Amino acid sequence: MKKDIILAGVGGQGIISIAAIIGYAALEEGMYLKQSEVHGMSQRGGDVMSNLRISHDEIASDLIPFGQADMIISIEPLESLRYLPYLSKEGWLVTNTQPFKNIPNYPDGDAVLAEIHKIPHHIALDADTAAKEAGSAKAANIVILGAASPFLGMAYEKFEAAIRFIFGKKGDQVIELNLAALKAGRDFAAKNM
Amino acid sequence: MQKTLLLGDEAIAQGALDAGLSGIYAYPGTPSTEITEFIQNSRYARENNIHSTWSANEKTAMEAALGMSYAGKRTMVCMKHVGLNVAADPFINSAITGANGGIIVVSADDPSMHSSQNEQDSRALGKFALIPMLEPSNQQEAYDMVHYGFDFSEKYTVPVMLRITTRMAHSRSGVVRRPEVRKPNDLKMPADLRQFVLLPVIAKKRYRNLLAAQNDFTRESETSPFNRYFDGPDKSLGIIVCGIAYNYLLENYPDRKLSHPVLKIGQYPLPHQLVAKMAAECREILVLEDGYPVIEELLKGFLGMGIKVRGRLDGTLPRDGELNPNLVAVALGKEDTYGLPVPDLVVGRPPSLCSGCPHIDSYYGLNEALSSLPKGRVFSDIGCYTLGALKPYEAINSCVDMGASITMAKGAADAGMVPAVAVIGDSTFTHSGMTGLLDAVNDRSPITVLILDNGTTAMTGGQNSPANGRLEEICKGLGVEESHIRVLKPLKKYHEENVKILKEELAYEGVSVIIPRRECIVSIDKRMREKFRNK
Repeated sequence: MKKDIILAGVGGQGIISIAAIIGYAALEEGMYLKQSEVHGMSQRGGDVMSNLRISHDEIASDLIPFGQADMIISIEPLESLRYLPYLSKEGWLVTNTQPFKNIPNYPDGDAVLAEIHKIPHHIALDADTAAKEAGSAKAANIVILGAASPFLGMAYEKFEAAIRFIFGKKGDQVIELNLAALKAGRDFAAKNM
Repeated sequence: MQKTLLLGDEAIAQGALDAGLSGIYAYPGTPSTEITEFIQNSRYARENNIHSTWSANEKTAMEAALGMSYAGKRTMVCMKHVGLNVAADPFINSAITGANGGIIVVSADDPSMHSSQNEQDSRALGKFALIPMLEPSNQQEAYDMVHYGFDFSEKYTVPVMLRITTRMAHSRSGVVRRPEVRKPNDLKMPADLRQFVLLPVIAKKRYRNLLAAQNDFTRESETSPFNRYFDGPDKSLGIIVCGIAYNYLLENYPDRKLSHPVLKIGQYPLPHQLVAKMAAECREILVLEDGYPVIEELLKGFLGMGIKVRGRLDGTLPRDGELNPNLVAVALGKEDTYGLPVPDLVVGRPPSLCSGCPHIDSYYGLNEALSSLPKGRVFSDIGCYTLGALKPYEAINSCVDMGASITMAKGAADAGMVPAVAVIGDSTFTHSGMTGLLDAVNDRSPITVLILDNGTTAMTGGQNSPANGRLEEICKGLGVEESHIRVLKPLKKYHEENVKILKEELAYEGVSVIIPRRECIVSIDKRMREKFRNK
């Protein structure tokens, strides 16, 4: 099994946390992993993306070739579109529908959603609201991870275990609300696949 | 064997700790910062008193490392590619002095300029210094090369460069550590106490030694575990591939069966015999290297005679920017792949100053204070505040290198552009601004210097600022008149007052220093979270 994943968002939205959770789950499965991160200038509210590759066979490139990503996972709708050149024909786009508007020329929200709906395989959900309902607005990234989880080729429990590990130091309350956020995303995907 | 997931930067740091490091010296710079931070956060390093505090700049870092090497201990000095320019004087001369304890200079290049003002290739400077270089293709090699590099440095008493690129530095993968952690060296004077005295009479001798050692370095490259020749059936083309470009090459062979002979380079100088072997058996050579066409130029020569060499110079690959698997596919004549086009409505989202950032108030104040003058007189520098060049501020007119704001303002003022303004951050000021300010004081140049003091090195993630709250004292010590050192609080509610002070100092025909002081908003946030966590 091999999954090439583009993680997208705006600096500070938590794509590195998603990568860490998928990465932990993949390592527990005995898979190889390569993950290219973004540090430095672009973290200041700019667009950020990360290449995450997991595979049972050894991985060559740190960068995913254009047109070959199995998934785009995005915490922001406009950002989900920026990386379409990476998505393979059969690939899935999983994105938040809540925009993060820190630029004056942010395009019309409905037009952005219309572009997302053109993608043959997509899951689009309001992760901000789902995260708030789960207990923390900050967990929108985990909701999105939950919505992406059916397509990642690993059992759901693996992601739960990874969350327990990654957030372990932050206490039971944080773990529970992140598990709730994960489930909210998963349930949405199950109904909308 | 348990694999640890490490960034390339972290693999280098772990490699250094495991190879018997005594101290690391660095100034933060993307993509090299995480090497030093890993050691700062390492309990092993703390318990074993391994030096890891930040240096004021790359030159002081390089010199301190050379001193540690003089004392017989293993040391690493890390910087981003342009930092190597700052450290160039001690770096080039360290090749002549040579080492005592092992010394590795890590230079992190940034092809495609993700976070930099140019994409210079450190291999050109390593070659210029005539020192051996290592270039990893993955995190495991990065880890292994540190141990190897220290041994090499001590065997030939020469500094060794470890050259990485952004994708190597900031990509994470599994690393298997060596079973044992090597002990640091004991203190040991150089065998020859004049080794480091570069008086001409000694330097000439040492330079000849360095030249003579080139043959040894090349011989080591021929048999290095990091330089490997793989056979391939199709001899119409041979491929020389360096560092991380090897991964992009392999990506194009999913079954890992290479169609052409491949020479993988991880150690320089180039292994002559291996290159000659390829030239003898192949009709053409394709060079895949991230950065400048360093090897390609070398093989091609000035006259372009002999075997045909393809790469960045003949258009087979783009002349600038980093490589990727698709560019390599096209160079190999394989099919390119592409997903869906980016919809037209997608606009850029450039980085911007954070909401609540003190620089915002400083720039609005400065813009108003200068509003009656023709635009284009603000020289700036390198840091978060460089984003002040963009809308809606459009407050600055230059960003060249660390410290250039003050000296460029001085030059412009000397030319008659009065007032000329410099905008520099607190950490950049102590990095390379202080000496320029001294020049301005000595000439009584009519410049107004704004030192934006947010108390941290913000752009690279909030490292300690070497100014340590002593900016006024430093400026006074350099000779700026006390009455023209003004401290402001950059907040909206003080805007009118701040504009008034700025105007007063812009009118002064000598050196003024204005210090807008307010803590970085990200630092406050981090501090508060840590406070909350510790409760």
